[in-house]
Amino acid sequence: MWQMTGRFIRKWFHRLGSPRWFYQVTGKWLPWLALVTVGLLMVGSLWGLGFAPQDARQGNSFRIIYIHVPISVLSLAGYYVMAAAGAVALIWKVKLADMVMVSAAPLGAALTFLALLTGAIWGKPTWGTYWVWDARITSMLVLLFLYLGVIALNQAFTSRDTAYKACAILSLVGTVNIPIIYKSVDWWYTLHQPATLKLTGASTIHPSMLKPLIIMILGFYSFYALVLILNTRAEILTRERRSSWVKELREP
Amino acid sequence: MFGESSFGGILRRDLLLAFRRGSDVLNPLFFFMMTTSLVPLATGPSASQLALIAPGIIWITALLATLLTLDGMFKDDFADGSLFQIILSPQPLWLLVLAKVLAHWLVAGLPITLVAPLLALMLALPDAGYVPMVIGLAIGTACFSMVGAVGAALTVALQRGGVLLSLIVMPLYFPVLIFGASAVHRAVEGQDYYPVLALLGAFFTFALLTAPFAAAAALKVGING
Repeated sequence: MWQMTGRFIRKWFHRLGSPRWFYQVTGKWLPWLALVTVGLLMVGSLWGLGFAPQDARQGNSFRIIYIHVPISVLSLAGYYVMAAAGAVALIWKVKLADMVMVSAAPLGAALTFLALLTGAIWGKPTWGTYWVWDARITSMLVLLFLYLGVIALNQAFTSRDTAYKACAILSLVGTVNIPIIYKSVDWWYTLHQPATLKLTGASTIHPSMLKPLIIMILGFYSFYALVLILNTRAEILTRERRSSWVKELREP
Repeated sequence: MFGESSFGGILRRDLLLAFRRGSDVLNPLFFFMMTTSLVPLATGPSASQLALIAPGIIWITALLATLLTLDGMFKDDFADGSLFQIILSPQPLWLLVLAKVLAHWLVAGLPITLVAPLLALMLALPDAGYVPMVIGLAIGTACFSMVGAVGAALTVALQRGGVLLSLIVMPLYFPVLIFGASAVHRAVEGQDYYPVLALLGAFFTFALLTAPFAAAAALKVGING
């Protein structure tokens, strides 16, 4: 029993480590994943923008929550995806994991930037200002800096092999630091500024508003998976362009 | 003092090199003093206003001065090839990295800590702030050296690693800056500052337990360029 599971895991692990296998398998997944993404995002946004009730205090401007919250969730989750891929690449020397890590960095940075941007747009009508040095906002800004550091480091190396290892180490060090940074910023905020600006807490959100939000979060998760797979496929093609199977793709 | 051990050997060699050259010790100090004295020129010399921002200024300039010296932590050894000997030696690499970090702190962080009270005096920092500032800077610059060692190791082989090094290391310095500056603020406001220094100490301990290993791994990667 255990032997069989072990063999199965090893086989799967080896297969997944092969960029070629990944490229072929995800090629079959992509249309379905795209369908699910479009479906979830369409249902979620139509429901959220058109049918969910207005907020008693914020009116219609609260509806940006259906974009802002999923993006913010994913920008943080994206860092852990990047760091986990980096760890796998560093420990087991899986080629594919390093490609996933490299593809996840710009995607995560873009999501973090969008989270800050949508937050600022939401903040203006709600709080009367685009920016406050609130604990969450500040730690999102630090997260953006961490992403930018990984991207800059990746571009600085001429050797691919060194670049991914360096990025993996940096993103792992960043992962260890994220909770510390978050706690310290949180603590700094409560010390220096009284929490004058408060939204109606996310936990007290009414079910009629929560349901479309959950659909949007799921939709953005599958959107993230879709874009990450597309980015990784592009990275595979660039890096394996001299191998025979990529050449066959080009000239069948 | 450290006899024939490899840790002591590297520490002694790095200190000798730095102090014989002189500029390694003095230049960061001058930078620290100059950037700090820029602030009153930009914000106005009112003592009450300066006293408010003094802890922040001193912590930020200390951070920048340390950051400036990080680039050289492994680079000279990389250029003359002794870094390869250090990596190839049959000693645990994290221990040798720790020796280099300690040497870096003695050359950069400690002088900055010792000069800081003078600058604080010029910035009209209230009396209560001096003790937490010096203790905080001593611990904080050591954290800067340790966390910075990871970045310095990653960028050791890069030609223009300086700005990149600052970019990748600075986000990791946020907690140290927050704890360090707020210890001084709390002391000035008459509050208890020990808990904050204890948090800074906790960060230091955590960095001591993890950073040398990360820096050693980073060094093995970084030398390949």
